[in-house]
Amino acid sequence: MQIDSTRNYFELFGLPAGFEIDVQALTERYRDLQRSVHPDRFTNATDRERRLSMQQASLINEAYQSLKEPLKRARYLLSLNGVDINDESNTIMDTTFLMQQMELRETLEEIGSQPDPMVALEDFAAEVGSMIRDLISQLSTCFDDNSESALNKAHGLSLQLQFLYRLREEVEEHEEALL
Amino acid sequence: MALLQISEPGESTAPHQHRLAVGIDLGTTNSLVATVRSGEPVTLADEQGDHLLPSVVRYIADASPIVGRLAHEAAATDPHNTISSVKRFMGRGIEDVRKDASGYEFIETESVPRIRTVAGDVSAVEVSAEILANLKERAELSLGDALEGVVITVPAYFDDAQRQATKDAARLAGLNVLRLLNEPTAAAVAYGLDTGSEGIHAIYDLGGGTFDISILRLNRGVFEVLATAGDSALGGDDMDSAIADWIAEQAGVGLDDAYVRRRVMHEARRVKEALTDTDSVNIHVELHDSEIWQGELTKEGFDLLIDGLIKKTLIPCRRALRDAGVTADEIMEVVMVGGSTRVPRVREKVAEFFSRPPLVDIDPDKVVAIGAALQADILAGNKPDDEMLLLDVSPLSLGIETMGGLVEKVIPRNTTIPVARAQEFTTFKDGQTAMAVHVLQGERELVDDCRSLARFELREIPPMVAGAARILVTFQVDADGLLEVTAREQTSGVESSVQVKPSYGLEDSEIERMLRDNFEHAKDDVEARKLREQQVEADRVYEAISAALAEDGEALLTESERADIDTCMQTMQDARNNGTAGDIKRAIDAADKATADFAARRMDASINKALSGHTLDEFKDG
Repeated sequence: MQIDSTRNYFELFGLPAGFEIDVQALTERYRDLQRSVHPDRFTNATDRERRLSMQQASLINEAYQSLKEPLKRARYLLSLNGVDINDESNTIMDTTFLMQQMELRETLEEIGSQPDPMVALEDFAAEVGSMIRDLISQLSTCFDDNSESALNKAHGLSLQLQFLYRLREEVEEHEEALL
Repeated sequence: MALLQISEPGESTAPHQHRLAVGIDLGTTNSLVATVRSGEPVTLADEQGDHLLPSVVRYIADASPIVGRLAHEAAATDPHNTISSVKRFMGRGIEDVRKDASGYEFIETESVPRIRTVAGDVSAVEVSAEILANLKERAELSLGDALEGVVITVPAYFDDAQRQATKDAARLAGLNVLRLLNEPTAAAVAYGLDTGSEGIHAIYDLGGGTFDISILRLNRGVFEVLATAGDSALGGDDMDSAIADWIAEQAGVGLDDAYVRRRVMHEARRVKEALTDTDSVNIHVELHDSEIWQGELTKEGFDLLIDGLIKKTLIPCRRALRDAGVTADEIMEVVMVGGSTRVPRVREKVAEFFSRPPLVDIDPDKVVAIGAALQADILAGNKPDDEMLLLDVSPLSLGIETMGGLVEKVIPRNTTIPVARAQEFTTFKDGQTAMAVHVLQGERELVDDCRSLARFELREIPPMVAGAARILVTFQVDADGLLEVTAREQTSGVESSVQVKPSYGLEDSEIERMLRDNFEHAKDDVEARKLREQQVEADRVYEAISAALAEDGEALLTESERADIDTCMQTMQDARNNGTAGDIKRAIDAADKATADFAARRMDASINKALSGHTLDEFKDG
């Protein structure tokens, strides 16, 4: 098969590699690409063309998912720079951050016993949301810099963002339990 | 069978050749077939003028089974040989189908469970194939020619086994499946093309026994399924039960007696339907010993009875919105599907939840079949300039079993398909030379709580210390949502691949046998069928290559490459006209090899073309 796996995901969409990305342009190009390679376009083609089309469409889906969302994009940018964010051996989590996480989780666990848990939960969700936005903006600065120390910092920030995403999921689970 | 027009190599095939394609809504209670006729999607009626075909098959000793209304009418008198709601048993194992209090006698076999009837034991796939064959015949009679292809709809929550079973049924019925399409997506297609509206849509599908909600985005002709959720045990039948319970309570009787229960349920259904356009209905029901109970149910009273049920549908709605990352007020349109959405209170509550009146212009019973017909028309190639593209998602997470009976997710639910994902695993014992791969589908963490899709073994791993082997397991889900799993040991290259045949699926050999039986019944001959199949395949390949050559042959091939391909095509034509099935197959394979590079170049060219509409930005650093 001649699928060009050397092309990175940014190149695949013809977009400059970087954390700041024009999501609308990405989405438009994603759709244009899918419109030309998707298996629906090849229902009357030969088996080989159908298989190729499925592989290409899979690759484009994967590329789009990896760039669309900030944490996945950060992870992909780090992997392009040879850093695997799940390899936690070379990064020590910031202790202040970990303490803050524990406190946040305690607050969340106690929300059920508040006089108006739904309102308390909404306030809490807003707080988590603003922390996420703050981390994303810090990540952007790091990737702009692109020096080794900045990338190391981006690695740490990505892990923190992962924590906050998990926390956000827990908030949603609490919300569901309250409904 | 229509004669295919075969053009000389290099000549374009006739551009306006219309391929007959239909959409089929293979429903739990009723099924429908629709097609696009002179640009308009229409459902097709049978000779009596009925559009809905009850999804009921009655088996009779020494005769062909009866499908549809007549079978449905016999359900009460011949319950064991009359199979209704067979969709519930598709892709299911013996324990699942026995749990369902259907009253049928299920037989455990080595593969799929079978239902005992006077005409022999039948699987759910075969029963569904009878329904599909009936609709196929209806369509071919109505359209006057053989069908080229069909789009069959399936519930968005259908797992791999259920999808595979549906495809197997189509194969048994002699249908060429262009695509399995999620029901909500089909409904959106039906409305999307009519209204041309862009934005995020919710599809609210309340049928007789199931509820389904899907969030889709439509943008410049591309449908994207953002999320789906639902409740597989919630529907209009529960509304009937709620009314029946109320009647029983008012009348001071129990519903344990089967006769009384049937009477009361029947009346409850009538009352529900009548309350769609009146404010109050008189109830008249015969209880024990011709004792009559009379009463009245008002619309307000009915609303109170079903508000709890409707509220239960809004919980999956919230979950789907959350999974899609959108809020209720971002929803542009809400599409209503399923007979139960005729209930005014349902429309009211849905309108309230989404802050907008839902779309009800298309008959909620027909909307899915109509969408399927529109998609079939496009996939058959009848609208080459159409911009519409469906990007569907996988409904359930896929994963493999790891140590301690846990499931490691490889593809989470709601991932856009087709998708390929790989994950690396390793051995846990020194010198381990084989590894069992157990593929599962579901959202839970424990193997026992997920559905087992397939098991296979990767053997001949070179002995190494524990943790040294690197086994890459690749999941490929195609555009129908069907899975193929490949395992490969990276250091030695030992490979094992399975087209996942679900644990509760039919073996290929069984399908072969059923096809053979069917054809023996019709005094046909297996070899003749094989030959015909290969001839059809050769024609398809010939046409596909011709079209590709006409489009890109000049631009992408050297003269000698072109000559090679032409030779192969000529050989294939000769084999098609004079050869055996084996000759034709070999010639097709050769043509396939000869066009491999060409196919790859075409794919690259189409990618570049798709991007050339944009200014290429400069790359920052490679």
